[in-house]
Formats: sequence, C-alpha cells, structure tokens
Amino acid sequence: MIPFPLSLEPTYGKLIAYLVFLLIGLAFGYVLESSGFNKSTLLAKQFYFKDLRVFKVFFTAIVTAMLMIFGAAAIGLLDYNLIWVNPTYLWSGIVGGLIMGVGFILGGFCPGTSLVALATFKIDGILFVLGGLVGVFIFGETEQLITYFFNGSYFGRVTLMDVFNIPTGVIVIGVTLMALFMFWGGEKLERSIGGKAADSEPKARYIGAAVVVTLAIIIAFVGQPTSEDRWNLIESVKQPELDARAYQIHPAELLHNFHEHKINLKVIDVRSESDYNIFHIMDSQNLSLEELPSLISEFHLEPANTLFVVASNDEKDSTEAWKYLVAESVPNVYILEGGINYWLDTFATEYEKEFCEGNKDNCQDEELRYIFTQALGASCPAAYPEPEHFEDLEYITKIKMELKRAPTGGGCG
Amino acid sequence: MTTATPEVKVPFYKKLFMRESKNYWNSYVGGVLLGMVLFASFFLTGNGLGASGGLSRIAAFIEDMIAPDHVNQVPYLISMAGGQLNPLDNWIVLVTLGVIIGGFISGVINGRAKFETNKGPNISNRTRWIFAFLGGIFFTYGARLARGCTSGQALSGGASLSAGSWVVMFAIFGGAYALAYFVRKLWN
Repeated sequence: MIPFPLSLEPTYGKLIAYLVFLLIGLAFGYVLESSGFNKSTLLAKQFYFKDLRVFKVFFTAIVTAMLMIFGAAAIGLLDYNLIWVNPTYLWSGIVGGLIMGVGFILGGFCPGTSLVALATFKIDGILFVLGGLVGVFIFGETEQLITYFFNGSYFGRVTLMDVFNIPTGVIVIGVTLMALFMFWGGEKLERSIGGKAADSEPKARYIGAAVVVTLAIIIAFVGQPTSEDRWNLIESVKQPELDARAYQIHPAELLHNFHEHKINLKVIDVRSESDYNIFHIMDSQNLSLEELPSLISEFHLEPANTLFVVASNDEKDSTEAWKYLVAESVPNVYILEGGINYWLDTFATEYEKEFCEGNKDNCQDEELRYIFTQALGASCPAAYPEPEHFEDLEYITKIKMELKRAPTGGGCG
Repeated sequence: MTTATPEVKVPFYKKLFMRESKNYWNSYVGGVLLGMVLFASFFLTGNGLGASGGLSRIAAFIEDMIAPDHVNQVPYLISMAGGQLNPLDNWIVLVTLGVIIGGFISGVINGRAKFETNKGPNISNRTRWIFAFLGGIFFTYGARLARGCTSGQALSGGASLSAGSWVVMFAIFGGAYALAYFVRKLWN
C-alpha cells in the first residue's frame, strides 16, 4: 500500500490529528508573516506592477509543492488519488473569484494574509477579518437564493491533465516553465515600473530555476504509477486475501446491506448491456471495465460509508474490476460471490422461472447461465428480494467497513 | 501615585514588542518554504491549506450562539452548526488558529508585531479601515461562492493541479487587476 497520506484521525485519534493540523497552520502563518504578507501596502503593490512579491511567493510555492507532490507520487510514496483535489464548479468559481479580486484590491488582503495581519496587530487587517466574518454571514443567509447557481456547473474532480488530455509530467514541466517566465517578466516590471535595482534579487535564483526545471523533467521521465504498478505494490497482501475469499460476499450478505440504513450501497454491474437488460439487481449501475477509470475520482468523492459491490455473471470479470478499484485506492470494495448466476440460484422465484427455459448446457466463463424468454431488467422479485423470505440463509459475514483515508472536503467546508 | 522617573524599567513583555523590525524574507525563499508547508499538509493529511473555511466556521459558531433556532433553518449553516454539531470541531479551524499563532510568533521575533495601519499616502486611516472592512466582506463572500480562497483554492488546488482551482486563481487576479486602476487612489 502507498503509505501517504496518513490515515490520521482513524489511526492516531483526534487529538494527534488536530495537533498536526495546528502545527501545519502554525508553519503556514509563520511563513506568510515572514514573507511580508501581513502588510497590505506591500500586497497591493502587486496590482500596480511595482513589487511582484505576491506572484513570486505564490508561484514559487505552487511549483515547489507541485514538484514534491508529483515527485513523491512518482516513487510510490504518496497516493495522488487520496489527495484532496478541489472539485470544479465552473461558474460559481469564476464569479466567486472575480468577487474575491474586488475584495483583494479594496481591502488589501486575502483571508490567510489578513489573519497574520491581525496576529501582528495591523488595524487594517483586524478590520478585514471583521468584514470577512460579515461576508461569511451574508453568504450563509443568502445561499438559498443562489443555490442553483452555487451548485450548478459541477464537473467533479477535474485536473489539468484531464482538461488538456496530456500526461502529468508534461503539465508539471509546463507549470514550472510558466512560473519561471512570469518571474522573469515580473522582475522586468519591478525594474521598469517599481524602480528596483537590477541586482535586487540574488544570483542564486538562477540555480534554483535550474533545479526546478531539472526536477520537473525527471518527474516527467519517471512518470506517474499506472494501475498495474499500483496493483503490483499491493499484490503480495491482497492476492492471498482474495484467494482466501475474504472479499467475495454471499448474495444474502449483499441483500442484508440493501436494508442497512448506515450504508451507502453501490452495486456495480460489469456485464454486457444485453445481459444487464435481461436481468439485473435493483439500482445496480451497468459499467464496463473500460468505463471504470473515468469514474475513479467520482468514487473517491462518495461519502465514507459507501460500500461498493462488483458483480458479473460469475466472478472473473468482477474480480478484474475489484483489482482495478482496489489498486486505485477505492475503499470498501467487495465481489458478489458466484455473480449474478449464483444470485439467481439463491433468489429466483416462481415469477422468474415462468420466463426461464432452464439452464444453458455448456455454460462458458462469464455467461448468464439462465435462458430467459424475455428481458426482465429489474422488474421482477429477484431484482429486489424480500428479506423476510430468505431469513434462514446462512453465510459468513465478510464486510468490514474501513474508514476512508481520502479527505471528503477541502479547506472550504 | 505614579511618579514619573526617567529610568523606566521596561517589563519583559513590552520589550518583546519593541524589537528592531527586521526585513521580510526574499520572495523566492518564502515561496519555497511555503511550498514545503503546503506539501507537508498534503503529504501527512491529504488536505491542502485553507483560511476562509476557518472564518466561515467561526461565523457559524457566533451565529449558533446567538440564534441556534435560526441556524437550524438555514441549509448552508445546518451542515456546519445544525443541531448538536459544533462548527469549531473541524480540522480547518485548527489550521486557522495555527495561522494566527504562527503569524504572531514570526511577527514578535522579527519585531513586526505592532499596532499600525498600513495605507496608501493619500487616504486617511479611517478611509483605509472602511475599505479594509468592505474588502473583507467581498473577499469572503466570493470565497464562499467559489468554495475556497487564495489558500484553499488558488494555492492548494493550484499545486494539486485542479482545473477549477486554476480558473478561480485567474479570476481572483483578473478581478483585482481589472479594478486596480479605478481605485489607485487607495494605494498610490
């Protein structure tokens, strides 16, 4: 398993987790103050091209963190799937951003910088924070009026790699070069408009530039781990468990979880569309193995109590899907034991038998064994069996819900 | 009974705030260190940094103290402070608290923690205060709408390569640059 990020709260308890967050905040505040972000006049100079400190600190930080994140991910130390990547809400993001820009130039701070200004007794900073509390209050009270706009244009976890459809390494190089270009242009502006001396920045920054470009190229060259690489990392643990049938759940255990209110159940049916139309479990989602990769990020955004059960006609395709999902760090994934065939063996009623001509003789792997005379879909009792009728079924309980490691909300909650 | 003596013994805590003010770090050095803090946050917790989320919860906490019944009727507040929920019981509040403490420590050590108002040369303190207050209202309103501010969206999402965060980042700078010319009297 990829060791980072840590499963902080479930493993170490709330106290330790909160202490870590406090220390991270402390370091954040210390660096913000030391970088000059508690002084509104210095921040505002950014917008008149006199001192581009904000740009320089900001994009140096982005490049540094980006190189470290994707460097750590490249060597299998950090799981990018489990990192909070802000979901995209396009229009509320654009309008919100523009309003923030107005607040920035009028008030001279952003929320983070205003907090360090407050901490160092800048009266304008204190007033910005007070205004900030009022702004939050107004938003909370008026959110109902704009809720459609606020929640509309949702695209989920979209990365720049998805938008441009190019590998992570290329984006990393691109962002690095763009930042360096902006630093070069920014320094030119500082000299021409801000009247800064030509040697106001140390020569060592050229070495820094060479280092970040080299790192970006190395990251692109190494590449990010594929699903196969990710499976190889966990195979030694997961394959024996799979062989010991730790993840194959009895149809009755799945049925039991239909009625478990604390569980958000997702049944994923990876069979062909025609088999799915003939018969499927109620509320199951028909997805091909090829469709799964594009849905991984969506699965990670599901709440922590989500239980995924993959089903095929027997267990071959569902096991493939299981391996893929587990390799991509999706939590709480199980396989329907014996697949839909076994499900029907267990739950078929007189109603289904009426539409069934019996069993296929030489049933191949992953073939629906029952021969239906009509496509029933989910409109038959076996698609949603009555639990009272099957209370005497015995099975070994295998589902153990794990607390998920991936954050379900960013710093915006 | 206070007799003014020329040799006033300055107490320790006052001395703390009379240190000589030091220069800020070089921008690139500050940026690298900020990037490392951001990475540490992602690496250890899976979350990036944030600031406006903390303010949001503090405001919800105040509202919940004054008018709990009202909070339970507003959908946006319910998720933070509805019923028995304590809006302060969230990681982002700890980060926010840390930011204040960290900023304070750095400010004191480097002699930059002092009561003052930073403003452009052509406006009064009062004008500066009014605009700071107004700016705060606009900024956090926008930050709530965009689900994060310069820290939670632009910085954190920028580094984790979220497409939406890059859009927000350009919108923030775009909005500020577009208005900068018209309010130049505030700062120049």
